[in-house]
Amino acid sequence: MFVVIMGCGRVGARLAQLLTKAGHEVTILDVNDAAFNRLGADFPGTTLLGNGIDMDVLRRAGIERADAFVAATQGDNRNIMASQIAQHVFKVPKVVTRIYDPIRSDTFTELGLNAISPTVLGANAFFERLTGSAPPSSPSS
Amino acid sequence: MYIIVAGGGKVGFYLARELLEQGHEVLVIEKDGKRADLIQNDLGNVVMVGMADEAATLEEAGAARADVICAVTGDDEDNLVICQVARKRFQVPRAIARINNPKNEEIFRLLGIDETVSSTNMVLAALEQEIPSRNLVPLLRLRHADIEIVEAVIDDSSPLVGVNLRDLSLPRESIIAVIIRRSQPIFPTGTTTLEVGDEVIALTRSAHEDALRSLFFRTARR
Repeated sequence: MFVVIMGCGRVGARLAQLLTKAGHEVTILDVNDAAFNRLGADFPGTTLLGNGIDMDVLRRAGIERADAFVAATQGDNRNIMASQIAQHVFKVPKVVTRIYDPIRSDTFTELGLNAISPTVLGANAFFERLTGSAPPSSPSS
Repeated sequence: MYIIVAGGGKVGFYLARELLEQGHEVLVIEKDGKRADLIQNDLGNVVMVGMADEAATLEEAGAARADVICAVTGDDEDNLVICQVARKRFQVPRAIARINNPKNEEIFRLLGIDETVSSTNMVLAALEQEIPSRNLVPLLRLRHADIEIVEAVIDDSSPLVGVNLRDLSLPRESIIAVIIRRSQPIFPTGTTTLEVGDEVIALTRSAHEDALRSLFFRTARR
């Protein structure tokens, strides 16, 4: 499949490498040129400098033919806005959004986003390693 | 009314001050403590330090009983999320978002935030109003209803001079609301005849604006 990834941080870059290794086509966006260094010299995908909350940038990234969109910048709100644009304006079939704030993650899951909260995943993982049992259901909301 | 102003920059500060003067209950949410202190010194105890896009902050701010939330930070994505969280999680009846990039107006509407204010667009609209004649001047757009109020001045080259309104084939979903002739309003009937110098104020759907323009000025031009 063809995946557009917004945000070339540690997670975005690693995901881009995993996807291209698995034979998928990837275009990855970042507002900072230096971020693309994380991908290594042999990265076979496409890099694009620009902000993913701008529809013109998303079009240039090929969002109109994308099978999936991933928002993995440091900013929850940027991720939320870009994902909603991908989902509602460009009708991308699969959209996954990183949202650090667990409450916002819940709210926008209710609003139809497919959210991953590293905060919740991380805390739960620590809990399991420490206690050997599954964490109780969410303390938030 | 109880109005929450998210963002204590220049826009948020002056907005809060005006609203307070009008007698509203106002709370400004500002993330920067120093900035919040400055506002507090000026406006009194109406500031809360916090991130307005976090549900916990909005809860503490009493969003559930707010009548309006105005998201006026400098970042469009923050304003969008603040409005969406306020509307969906706290059922705030009205959410008004400041927009910096005019392209986002359409996106916000698609994502359920109808009321937006774009200073960029306002300057553009003011510029359009300066374009002299032979054009439709947009006076007001009621975005939620997709209706525009436009004005056209009939000059001597208009094909409509001397025409009875009932003989006019207006585009669909368009009406002539009023004609201003020598500074007096005329509420038109079918027998009203258009004269040179008339200011015609019409209501139309945005989609029919071009058709209306070519009716008044023969050729559509921008």
